[in-house]
Amino acid sequence: TVWEIRFILIQNRAGKTRLAKWYMQFDDDEKQKLIEEVHAVVTVRDAKHTNFVEFRNFKIIYRRYAGLYFCICVDVTDNNLAYLEGIHNFVEVLNEYFHNVCELDLVFNFYKVYTVVDEMFLAGEIRETSQTKVLKQLLMLQSLE
Amino acid sequence: MALKMVKGSIDRIFDKNLQDLVRGVRSHREDEAKYISSCIDEIKQELKQDNIAVKANAVCKLTYLQMLGYDISWAAFNIVEVMSSSKFTYKRIGYLAASQCFHDGTDVIMLTTNQIRKDLSSPNQYDTGVALTGLSCFVTPDLARDLANDIMTLMSHTKPYIRKKAVLIMYKVFLKYPESLRPAFPRLKEKLDDPDPGVQSAAVNVICELARRNPRNYLSLAPLFFKLMTSSTNNWVLIKIIKLFGALTPLEPRLGKKLIEPLTNLIHSTSAMSLLYECVNTVIAVLISLSSGMPNHSASIQLCVQKLRILIEDSDQNLKYLGLLAMSKILKTHPKSVQSHKDLVLQCLDDKDESIRLRALDLLYGMVSKKNLMEIVKKLMVHVDKAEGTTYRDELLTKIIDICSQSNYQYITNFEWYISILVELTRLEGTRHGHLIASQMLDVAVRVKAIRGFAVVQMATLLDNTTLLAGSGQHKSICEVLYAAAWICGEFSEHLEDPVHTLEAMLRPKVATLPGHIQAIYIQNAAKLFAAVLNGQQGTPDCQTMQESSQLLIDRLPLFVQSADLEVQERASCILQLVKFIQKLQHKEVEVGEEVTALFAGELNPVAPKAQKKVPVPDGLDLDAWINEPPSESESEDEKPVAVFAEEELRHARPHHTEVDEKELARRREARKQEQANNPFYIKASPTSQKGYQDSTGVEHIPVVQIDLSVPLKVPGMSTSDKYLKLEEERRQRERKERGKKEKKKKKKREKRSGMGRRHDSGPESEEDIAPAHMVDIVTEEMPENALSSDDDEKDPNDPYRALDVDLDKLGTGNPQRPLADSEKLPVRAHRPTNILKSPADDGEVQEVPKEPKKKSKKEKRDKEEERKKSKEEKQRRKHHHEARKGPEGGPPTGEPIQSSYNAELEPALPTAAPVEASDPDFWLSSTLLSSKSQETTEATPGPIPEKAADVGPGSEPENTKSSKHKKKKQKKDKEKEEKKRKKQHGHSGDREGEESVQNGTLEEEPLPPMSNYSLLAENSYVKMVCDIQGNLQNGSQVVVSIIFENKSTSFLKSMEFNVLDSLNSKLQRPEGSGPHDGLTVPFQLPPGVSNEARFIFSVQSIVMPQRLKGTLTFIVKADDSSTHEKLDFKLHFTCSSYLITTPCYSDTFAKLLESADLKGTSVRLQEVSLPFHHLLAKICFHHHFSVVERIDSCASLYSRSIQGHHVCLLVKYAHQTVTIDAKCDESSLLGNVLEEIKKTFSQS
Repeated sequence: TVWEIRFILIQNRAGKTRLAKWYMQFDDDEKQKLIEEVHAVVTVRDAKHTNFVEFRNFKIIYRRYAGLYFCICVDVTDNNLAYLEGIHNFVEVLNEYFHNVCELDLVFNFYKVYTVVDEMFLAGEIRETSQTKVLKQLLMLQSLE
Repeated sequence: MALKMVKGSIDRIFDKNLQDLVRGVRSHREDEAKYISSCIDEIKQELKQDNIAVKANAVCKLTYLQMLGYDISWAAFNIVEVMSSSKFTYKRIGYLAASQCFHDGTDVIMLTTNQIRKDLSSPNQYDTGVALTGLSCFVTPDLARDLANDIMTLMSHTKPYIRKKAVLIMYKVFLKYPESLRPAFPRLKEKLDDPDPGVQSAAVNVICELARRNPRNYLSLAPLFFKLMTSSTNNWVLIKIIKLFGALTPLEPRLGKKLIEPLTNLIHSTSAMSLLYECVNTVIAVLISLSSGMPNHSASIQLCVQKLRILIEDSDQNLKYLGLLAMSKILKTHPKSVQSHKDLVLQCLDDKDESIRLRALDLLYGMVSKKNLMEIVKKLMVHVDKAEGTTYRDELLTKIIDICSQSNYQYITNFEWYISILVELTRLEGTRHGHLIASQMLDVAVRVKAIRGFAVVQMATLLDNTTLLAGSGQHKSICEVLYAAAWICGEFSEHLEDPVHTLEAMLRPKVATLPGHIQAIYIQNAAKLFAAVLNGQQGTPDCQTMQESSQLLIDRLPLFVQSADLEVQERASCILQLVKFIQKLQHKEVEVGEEVTALFAGELNPVAPKAQKKVPVPDGLDLDAWINEPPSESESEDEKPVAVFAEEELRHARPHHTEVDEKELARRREARKQEQANNPFYIKASPTSQKGYQDSTGVEHIPVVQIDLSVPLKVPGMSTSDKYLKLEEERRQRERKERGKKEKKKKKKREKRSGMGRRHDSGPESEEDIAPAHMVDIVTEEMPENALSSDDDEKDPNDPYRALDVDLDKLGTGNPQRPLADSEKLPVRAHRPTNILKSPADDGEVQEVPKEPKKKSKKEKRDKEEERKKSKEEKQRRKHHHEARKGPEGGPPTGEPIQSSYNAELEPALPTAAPVEASDPDFWLSSTLLSSKSQETTEATPGPIPEKAADVGPGSEPENTKSSKHKKKKQKKDKEKEEKKRKKQHGHSGDREGEESVQNGTLEEEPLPPMSNYSLLAENSYVKMVCDIQGNLQNGSQVVVSIIFENKSTSFLKSMEFNVLDSLNSKLQRPEGSGPHDGLTVPFQLPPGVSNEARFIFSVQSIVMPQRLKGTLTFIVKADDSSTHEKLDFKLHFTCSSYLITTPCYSDTFAKLLESADLKGTSVRLQEVSLPFHHLLAKICFHHHFSVVERIDSCASLYSRSIQGHHVCLLVKYAHQTVTIDAKCDESSLLGNVLEEIKKTFSQS
């Protein structure tokens, strides 16, 4: 059993990937398969369901915001609530960074979204949880562009 | 050129940027693939251009396409190009693309090593950051090996932003290159004390992650983490630590005890659900790992259950789910606490969310008892009905079977009830679990002998019932139960009431629609039935029945002879011929019954599932050897997956059992009759029946399947199995009454009653009090003789994390017993092993191969012993430590001497000191206070080994030689002490070297001698002082003096007071309010033979000159009857080197420094230096706090900084035993003095 995150996915309802960050090595086909499977298990669930799905040997912790599913894949023994909070924290940072984030922001600035992910998660671990710190770093990085 | 540039930018106007691409993809929904392939063509053109901006844009677009699932691996080289752009914007794009698409197999990764190294050491922290982030995604074993050292250096970067990243990435490096773990671990551990909380939490993350894999190696860190847990307020960190403790407690139960309190406090206080949940989980884990004999646990369990109930009752589905999940963990060890919440769990079966229902089912599984099994299953059956047509229903079905069959049917008191449940379950249409039901039927019928009569009757009804047959077309699975039914009826045909009727049922033409393997069973068992009919009619004058049944077979079998299924066909034709032959004999009126029965004779006994595995392999038999040459192509070894229930395998005659069984049967029969006599639902069997079990109800009375017709026994509104529930209640009531009576009669007949659990006869009805209705004993499964007893699972050899199972305990603990071996060094750095004591000559015992950390050698054992000893010493220190804390003086800033030595937190400069405490979980965990020191010494390891080792000390240090000289005069125990201490000091130096030599370039020459900066300060017969002087990293005008006081006498030393005569330039920092000449109290006392360390802070104004300060230590020697005042004078020598601080420097910065006009140069020449060059460098680095910037052959540049910011640059050249040092510094007298000191270092040696 491993504690670190396996991957982070953002998908829309149609299954289009908006972000895919892999912390384990998968080959390309496997990645696509995972993306499709995650989409299949997550989208069938509605509000009355829990935000956790068992998935292969792991579990997916996901949260839906408007038409987007934010999914984190972790080990079954891991703390569900912590990652749920982690997702929310991440979305709040996105919201702040893009000023009322919407799906199109993520699409057109996909590389920035990756930067946000990298500022908050690294090597499968949660790296920074302070929103102010993350936002400060993000602005610094943006100023370098 | 200019034209080209212009052309480039014109081109760019027409290029698609990312936005265009995204828009394009969105507007070409219907022909996306086509559109994208045209885009990729464009991108390929763009990548051919020289303009890096165009390339970066192209790569950025590719990354987007990659995310959509398109292959971009062909552009790997271009990605590397963009990565190496000097512009941050492009570099970032390159690294993003690389991190998304590079993997271990990407060959261009080899080309990136130098680029990444350059970026890692870039002065721009964002370059470094982006390289680190990228590296975390695509680090390969090669990259990890080549860059481990660079990343390790970054763990001490000035910016927390970088430190944090470096720490986290180190984890990936460990995974890819496990050899780096040992060398890097001390520094990683240091990061637990990093001033930046982010770095700290990163270190916690990494260590937790490592520890999760191999918890045993990290047990020694428990005290450190415990401290963090009680001090941290970051929930993320807390969760990680608590999780880690969850992994550690199974290894160390004492740890568990210590944890309960802080965890329950957290449970009470925290508002964060995630933390609460983690705490509850860990408390559960702790309680599981603790032995059950512990008191006060019920309170913790109750607290957990209480909190979980709140979660389960919450409207938030997530909490409900997690609550149930955690509850099921408690259930395993404390079922009683959970069982009272059965209502809640049953409620959850109605939840809208299936995953919650499933969790609730899991819980039910563990909640059942003999008492409530029937009731729970009844509720589940209701849910089964409700769940028509869902997969959840199948789940329910398997759960019902699981619940009932768990631990060898432990909770079933009435097997008739269970068979009825199974029969009811066959009504479920469309279930996938026909197999499961069938195997249960078989299992119960074979193993529970007493139930066979009932089972056979039920099965006969199933066979007779056509709905199952009819369903066989679509619902393949459920007809599997017919397989079981046919077999049971055939095998135990003696229990059949009307075998002829059943025989007829088994040969109906419709049977031919069943799957082949079931038909085959039908035919085989029809033959058995036939034999039973013949046998049954034996001796009766009327042979009509026999002839009829022969005819029946002869009429019906030809249909099966035509079967397309081989097995069916073969069996049918075989049996057909047999019957024809029998018919002939019958016509001749020959009695054939016995002969035919002999075909199927033999008792069946269940065999334990593991029996085959446990048969020991005979000597000389190699099961893995090929009997014939292996076939060229791999043959599939799959056996037929269809459930062939291994009839043949089970058929082993075991005659020796029968005798016992006869008695048993008789006994049971009696019991049964009695029970049935009281049972209003039972119809007595006809008195004519010859066999023992035919007192069950007639076939047509058994309420099964299509029973909705007119079934006399069926209580309206209740399904069939319900009657048993009622029955059971009545029975129990009856028994209770009976028991009451009997108890009055003084337990007279206790033995005669059911064999089960009449041991407790007081109190309300407990589990054991419920006697099973059937007196069924489940036949124990057979095991082969001399079966192998254990089948422990070995550790999975394929576990990728096994490589990280490295014993880190001996690392950085100041214990030189297991230093880094040469092979363990990180490739780019030279590590100076401190293994002088470890050479074979030293201790004369088997040398441990350092590469095999897991191997337990004598030496390691010795280590442990030594550790234990230390722990005791540590206790002593602790005590002092507490005293020190209690002391009236203020905190460190006021200049009070800091009792520093063994506390990681206080001493970042001496990382190795911390582990002494940390590595002492034994001490930390033991709550008993220490006994007197003298006792300890006598108890201490008596072995001659340490002694021996001590005698052969290296003696390269002044203090060492002293100590060994001194030793000779002393008693053995003192020697041990001495040696221990010395080791510790070696440890200090060794590890510090490790730190400082990071910059030392590629040095792989012979190992270095141990070095220590502790030098003798003063010594008399009572006390010895050694000291180390270091510039204060935080404060430019402070110097920290660490002094180790050692009590050499046999008396107690107390009231030590340390005083120094201040000079104009240097002053001892005294607490506020004390006068300029007051001494400082040393914050501890010294029992005989003990040493301890204290730190004193001095403020200095000018650092360009060395300083000497006179001082005195006064103390009281307390002997048994008297005490005397003693004093010891000393001279503190602040060298200029002690004002220098090891600071890493990059070569480009170094070059700039040398070019700048501010630095004044001088040079010095050392003649006849016989040391190898790397020793020389190491000495300079170590004693004078330099770091190597670059080394080329026998020439190296070194750098250091003073606490007041002076740069000191050295260029050291070595040729023909002559060392030339060219030096530059912005303060010439400082430089002069430093050079003098360096000169002196070498003239001494």
